[in-house]
Parts: sequence; C-alpha cells; structure tokens
Amino acid sequence: MKFRALALAAAVSAVGLTSATVSTAAFAQAKEQFFPVLVYRTGAYAANGNPWANGYVDYLKLVNAKGGVNGVKLSFEECEFGYATDRGVECYERLKGKGATVFQPLSTGVTFALTDKAPVDKIPLVTAGYGRSESQDGSVFNWNFPLLGTYWVGADVAIQHIAKQAGGLDKLKGKKIALVYHDSPFGKEPIPLLQERAKLHGFELMLLPVAHPGVEQKATWLQIRQARPDNVLLWGWGVMNSTALKEAQATGFAREKMLGIWWAGAEPDVKDVGAGAKGYAALTLQHSAEPNSKVVKDMLEMVHAKGQGTGPKDEVGSVLYMRGLISSMVAVEGVRKAQERYGKGKVMTGEQVRWGLENLNLDQKTLDGMGFAGVMRPVQTSCLDHMGSSWVRIQTWDGTKWVPGTDWYQADEKLLRGMVLNASRKYAEEKKITPRTPEQCKQ
Amino acid sequence: MGFFIETLIGGLMAGMLYSLVALGFVLIFKSSGVFNFAQGAMVLFAALAMARFSEWANAALGGNSLFLANLIAFVGAGATMWLVAWAVERFVLRKLVNQEGATLLMVTLGITYILEGVGQTIFGSEIYNIDVGMPKEPVMMFESLFEGGILINKEDFIAALIAALLVGLLTLFFQKTPVGRALRAVADDHQAALSIGIPLNRIWVIVWLVAGVVALVAGIIWGSKLGVQFSLATVALRALPVVILGGLTSVPGAIVGGLIIGVGEKLSEVYLGPMVGGGIEIWFAYVLALVVLLFRPQGLFGEKIINRV
Repeated sequence: MKFRALALAAAVSAVGLTSATVSTAAFAQAKEQFFPVLVYRTGAYAANGNPWANGYVDYLKLVNAKGGVNGVKLSFEECEFGYATDRGVECYERLKGKGATVFQPLSTGVTFALTDKAPVDKIPLVTAGYGRSESQDGSVFNWNFPLLGTYWVGADVAIQHIAKQAGGLDKLKGKKIALVYHDSPFGKEPIPLLQERAKLHGFELMLLPVAHPGVEQKATWLQIRQARPDNVLLWGWGVMNSTALKEAQATGFAREKMLGIWWAGAEPDVKDVGAGAKGYAALTLQHSAEPNSKVVKDMLEMVHAKGQGTGPKDEVGSVLYMRGLISSMVAVEGVRKAQERYGKGKVMTGEQVRWGLENLNLDQKTLDGMGFAGVMRPVQTSCLDHMGSSWVRIQTWDGTKWVPGTDWYQADEKLLRGMVLNASRKYAEEKKITPRTPEQCKQ
Repeated sequence: MGFFIETLIGGLMAGMLYSLVALGFVLIFKSSGVFNFAQGAMVLFAALAMARFSEWANAALGGNSLFLANLIAFVGAGATMWLVAWAVERFVLRKLVNQEGATLLMVTLGITYILEGVGQTIFGSEIYNIDVGMPKEPVMMFESLFEGGILINKEDFIAALIAALLVGLLTLFFQKTPVGRALRAVADDHQAALSIGIPLNRIWVIVWLVAGVVALVAGIIWGSKLGVQFSLATVALRALPVVILGGLTSVPGAIVGGLIIGVGEKLSEVYLGPMVGGGIEIWFAYVLALVVLLFRPQGLFGEKIINRV
C-alpha cells in the first residue's frame, strides 16, 4: 500500500515536471521585469528551437549578471508549445496573467493568432525576422514589432542578390526562379513580394509548397529537375531545410544556385549535409555565427563560466543562438528605453514597453558598446516603422562553417513601403482600425 | 516519357521504404490484434539509439573504425529494442489481454508519447547523423534513349534493395521457421494457440522485437537520408495509407500497398499538383487508399471478416 502511494506520488510529480510548462526559473516578483519565453525544445523543430531559446534566456541572465536594467532584474518563465499554434496561444493566455510585458512567439502562425489579442491585452509582440510583413506599419499594427526585418525584406534582398549575380535587375527577364516553401503562413509570406518583383522584372516564379514537416520532397525536386529553374529560393524551417539540400544533391541541382531565408541558414540546416551543402547561401538577419563577438565573450565569462549557461557551451555564438540573443536584446532595450521616459529603475507595463520599442534608437556606438560590433547595424524604430532596419548580408556554407559575406543589401524601401501600406490599410479596413496620425504617434 | 519513368521509379523506391514501415504495423496487428500506433515512435527511438551508440562507440574507438562502431551500435540498438519489446509485453499487453481494440489503440498512442519523450531525454533532441556509407550522388542512365536521361538516386535504390531483402527474410521467417508458424497460429486464434502450448507472452515479445528490428532498419535508412531527428516519428504517417490500402493482416499487402502509394503520390504531386497549387501528395495518398476501401473494405489483400449473427 505504501509502495502504491509512493508510486502515485512519483507519477504525479513526474506529470508535473513534464507538463507543458517547463518552468526553469519562474520567479516573477515585484521589482522584476517578467519575460515570458515561448519555446519549442521538443517536437519536429526542437533542433532549431533549442539554440534560439538558449540564446534568448542566456541574454536575460547576462543582463542580470550586469546588474539588470537600471537595477531592475529580469525574470522569465519558459512555456513549451512544440511550434503548434494552438499550444502557443495557450502559453500566451497563461503567461500574460503573470505580468508579461512583451511576447516573442517564434512562430508566424502564432503571431497571426495573437495579432488580434495583443491590442486587447496591451502587450507588444516582438517578431524579429518573422511574422506579418505589413505589421511594419505601426500606425495600424500598434502592438506588432517585426524588428530587424520581415519576409518581404528577405524576399526583396534575395531577388537583388540573384540579380547582382546575373549582372543586373534587367538580366532577370526570362529567368525562372523557384520558391520551395514550407506550406504554412511562414512559407507563404514572401509570395506577394516575389510576384510583384516577377511582374516588374519579367522573370517566371515557380511556387512549390512542401507539407509540414518537410521530410518528403522527392516530387518537389523531380519538378525542379524537369523545369530546370535558374535559381531556387528555400523558405524552410527545421528538417525541411536539410532534406531540401539532400534532395538537391540527389537530383544534381547546384547548391550554388540555392538561396535560403535566414531561417534556413543555421548550423542544424547544413551540419548533417556537410560537404553536400557546400556553396549553398542563405540570407542573414544581419548576424551570422558570431563566436568572436564581444557579447559572446561576455556571455561565456559572466554566465557560462559560472555554471549558469542554459545550453551547451559550444553552442554559444552559433547562428540561432545569436538570433535568440539578439531577439532578447531588442526586447530588453525596449524596456530600457521605456524607463528613460517613465522612470529609471521601475518595472514597466506593456504599454510603456510598447512606447520603448516604438522609440528604439540603437546607433552603432551603442551597439558596439554592448558588444555587438560587427554583429549588427543600427536599429531605429518609429510610429510608422516598427521594423527599424532592413539590412541583410549573405552567408555561404563552405562545407564546415558559415562564412558571412562582406556586402550588405538594403531592401528597396520604395517598393516595400507601397506594399506594406496597401496591405496594412486593407487590414485596417477589415478590422475597423483607425490608423494613428503622426500627431497621435507623438503622444 | 523519360521524366514519367523517372517519377515512376522514384515513386517505387519511396514506396518500398513505406512498405518497410507498414510491415511493422502488419506484424504486430497480425499476431496480437493491436494496431500499433507507436510504430513511428519506435522508428525514431531505434534510430536515435543507433546514431548515439555509433557516435559514442566511434569516440571510444578513437574514430578509427566507423564500421566497427556501427556494428556495435546496431547490436546495442537491437538490444534496446528488445528491452522495449519486453517492457511493452510485461507492463502493457499482459495486463490488457482481451481488452477492446480501441483501448489497445489508445494504449499504443500512450506508448508513442513515452517513446518520443524518453528517447529524446536519453539520446537528445538535436539532429544526429547515421553514416553507413550510403552514396549521396545521383547516377544518370539511358541518356541515349531519353533526352536528359533518367536520374536514379543511388541512396534510394540501395535503401529499396535493403527493404526488399528484409521483406523477403521476414516472409521466410513467417512461413518456414517454427517461431514463424507459432506467430501465425497466435494470429489466427489466441485460445487455440495457448491450448497447444504456445507461450503467448513469449510470442508477443518476439513479435514486438521483430517489429523493433524492422523499425531499426527503417530508422537507419530514413536516418541516413534525413538525419536522425524528431520528424522520423512522422514517417509512420506515410505508412498509414499503405496499411489501409494493403490490408492490416497481409505482408504482401504491405509491399504492394507501399508501391502503389509511393507511385501514386509522386505522380499526383508532379502531374496534378501544379493544377491545384501543389502540396497534395500527403493527402492524395489517403484519397487513393479510401477509394480502394470503397470497393474492397478489407483492403487489397486483407482478410474478409464475416460475422454470423
């Protein structure tokens, strides 16, 4: 009987431990700024989700190790959602009641689902390098912040890069470009911009969706072999990327003619393919793998050396680790900026953090001082521009590591702005939102 | 024409791999009446064990002999699958004899989550490599007959050969060995098999072990192709239309069903996909299977069940 009671207690504890919420450090208290962390450490996308989450959490620890934000310590709690939209929304609902003042879902699907909720709850959504492209327009999307770049930025730069290789935008006429994309809101996001560019420059756009999780792509690559496109854009996530590269190898498609989005340009995407992916290039969300940056050295010294690192030490500085770290940094800087207006050393509310994110001004000097020299360029947001930067580099896999290119590309602001405004105005009409005027923005 | 043949061959080779996974479903259903939804998780678990044992053995051997490391890993992973088989029989099946089929199905769903969770906890959730020396570069054939030739993926071709060999061996095992005959006897009638002294518990361990070995081979092949990571568990979903089509109780059904589904989904994606925006191959496989069920509810090779009332 005693054994049974013990076994029951153990089982209940085990269920508690393995429940959806992995509370690694849930200590949201007064005088602490609470950061909810939506993660996927299990499931089909765990290999990519883990380094992002580790980078995100490690940066919060680093800020704490340096004394917090003007003395305000940062607390956090992870919620595992397995890249499933319904579970992501569930995590949001649960964590918002714990004092969340900024959310980063790391999923375009979850972002779409939360875009209507955020204004009601008055919690900003930071979607660095993903989410709705038209949410750059902060006059309509008051609570969305696709900082550093959207998929329209990525698609635009991808076409610019292909054109540069071909000898100019006019050389794109008559060419065929295939988009192999994850059949989800994430994968479909670049299509409008690519169609616009195809109309402008006269190239043919071939759309090839790949069903989740992307382990079966034989038919897709047979179609590529038959159609013989000049270039393939890879818009994948997780196992879809390495599978695409292996299929390209198996069908003899040159990896040099493949260009991936920044979510298809990390170590887990190519490590397993190794030399088979040599020559494959991918966009970067400014940064690449940055093992020699100062912020990474600080991280190793002040967090990992003290046994407080979240993940393995050798992962620090890898591409997705840096993505998580930078995502964390911009959110923290939003809080810092908000404190400048609403009181240093105070815990900020969601509305105050939103103001901070909308008035970010991370110039190069500030970034360099924070240890991001050579990692990223300045970010400056405003009411009308919630993205703050549209600079992209290209990195190439040399068979063993990512090598960042030296050229920087900037998305075509004129083309992008028109598309963003069209789409955001349409959204505003649908949702009966009155866009903020420049005067309202100043308040 | 050349492209059609190339698509057809690609479909046949993919279909052979689906057959291999489908075989795991059929083996367990035939002998215990359990629709083992955990087959995909077993593929993942076995592949994780193989990949990590190989990595650890290779490191212990100083990186000098990948072949020996793989051999040790194969034995280790096989032993691990034996442990899984034993645990499933001892803690699950033995207690649930004669329960409703739906109950047993739900139990295997539970086993799925346990295997996925425990597998990732023990072996990790990163992407791991299984290097068994499979060739990655394609070969071009019949260039003089067809413009552009026919491209054959050597890795898929070898994988299909291994799958075919394993299917052949399993058929022999079932038909020609005493254990195989005992398995078939249990499949036909549990009570009758028990009455003539066939130990039901041991037979169930054997059949789950055989399904485990099939999962291990499938895991090595798919893991070598895709890398060993969580998505391998979803490979089982590719085999579901195969067992629907071929029948749950037929080994030849799993093979023929696999080939039909493999060819059907590739041809549909390549030729019908562009008309409807693409991405149809996964659900089209189920359409194909369900159409067959309209005419043959027991599947192509399944046993027709007639209940007299």
